[in-house]
Amino acid sequence: MDTLILGLPVAYYIAMIAKVLVAFVFVLLTVAYATYAERKIIGHMQVRLGPMRTGWHGLLQPIADGLKLFFKEEIIPAQSSKFAFLVAPLVALIPAFISFAVIPFGETITIGGYQIPLQIAAVYDPAGDRVLDVNVGVLYILGMASLGVYGIVLAGWSSNSKYSLLGGLRSSAQMVSYELAAGLAIVSVFMLSESLSLQKIVADQAGFAWYAFKQPVAFIVFFICSLAEINRTPFDLPEAETELVSGFCTEYSSMKYAMFFMAEYANMVTVCAVTTTLFLGGWHGPAFLPGWIWFIIKVYFLIFVCMWIRATYPRYRYDQLMRLGWKFFLPLTLLNVVATGIVVTLLK
Amino acid sequence: MIMPLLKGLGITLSHLFKKPVTLQYPDEMPEVAPRFRGLHALNISHDKAKCVACYLCPTVCPAKCIKVEAGEDENHNKYAAEYEIDMLRCIFCGYCVEACPVDAVRMTQTFELANYKRADFVFTKDRLLEKK
Ligand code: SF4
Ligand code: SF4
Repeated sequence: MDTLILGLPVAYYIAMIAKVLVAFVFVLLTVAYATYAERKIIGHMQVRLGPMRTGWHGLLQPIADGLKLFFKEEIIPAQSSKFAFLVAPLVALIPAFISFAVIPFGETITIGGYQIPLQIAAVYDPAGDRVLDVNVGVLYILGMASLGVYGIVLAGWSSNSKYSLLGGLRSSAQMVSYELAAGLAIVSVFMLSESLSLQKIVADQAGFAWYAFKQPVAFIVFFICSLAEINRTPFDLPEAETELVSGFCTEYSSMKYAMFFMAEYANMVTVCAVTTTLFLGGWHGPAFLPGWIWFIIKVYFLIFVCMWIRATYPRYRYDQLMRLGWKFFLPLTLLNVVATGIVVTLLK
Repeated sequence: MIMPLLKGLGITLSHLFKKPVTLQYPDEMPEVAPRFRGLHALNISHDKAKCVACYLCPTVCPAKCIKVEAGEDENHNKYAAEYEIDMLRCIFCGYCVEACPVDAVRMTQTFELANYKRADFVFTKDRLLEKK
């Protein structure tokens, strides 16, 4: 087992693949059942039952939905820009999943003498007894989040339909403006952590020293802006059914539509995971449960909050949304950054 | 600004724990009102339909969906040789019931009237006669 590939032991690669598989399957399942949970939770919040007839209490609903979408007719508009039209769903879906590569979802575990950190893009360094991970993890996540916008813009533009185009335009404007506030909210976190490595950020929050307590404003602003960035209600303007048919995915059908749908939910899972990592102490929690269970509990709680918000608030109007982003959240986060800077300097 | 938002969240959360009002329809049947206006039935007395083919119901029917044809029975009494209601046109207003001088037609609580063929929506006399 001591053979080295590119300077790393073979076990590293095996562990890596195992982690990728576990995380991917986990996220996929969460995405599938998030759709079910959303319908159930919103149903009960509206004093309805939600899906009940596919399997016990509708538990097979995501599978039935998937099968249905799979057998739907594939329609590509004749006047569309074919290549962009086909690529757009992938561009939307892939960044949603690969953000998970840098999120630490548990403590370092020991299997057969090997220390394996539960974070995909990380390796245990026995010499220094520390975990080496991507030292620009936060930046990577922000980058992936902005890549996701391209999928929607491409979809809107290539469909050659005015509804899609308007939906795509709206979402690009929305995502770009909220990215700014979300980014600034993160800035105040790594002013405290002094690192962009997620491993370090999580380690700093051990023992309930959560950044959500130290930076409550940043926490709330980041969560709200993330909701806006991933087009969740109350900021789901790109898909405003009442005015834009289905927004950027109006012309999409079958599996390509399913991909947008999955991307939306995968984005939600990712955003919840990132929020957990940055503000809610990542996988840290009371010791009676292993770290990854705490991580899952926190992420699921945030997903529940997303759905709860969806069941409660009506959609923002476009100008209100822009006003909220540029005139309220952006100054607020800037102020927060300045205040954090002053406090950090004074405490030193 | 914040308080109303939180209040809204509180309301939705409290609804989460309420008993849903959904009726699982094919498994659970709704209880319809006693005076519900559903499918018609022709009342029977002395083993015969009470209808005397007076034509009041086809006259009053706003949807013009009742077809009555009079006949003469062995006692030289007028009776409805044919009586048809086209359920695709009926608006379930109940005027026919009100108009009938001999209380020959009434409305039942049956509301599951879906069918596969248009012809099956035309209810003839035998289908309308009240089931004993
Ligand atoms: S219920 Fe109204 S519409 Fe229907 S048959 Fe009677 S009178 Fe005509
Ligand atoms: S009003 Fe009554 S008696 Fe007259 S035709 Fe109609 S059902 Fe028969």
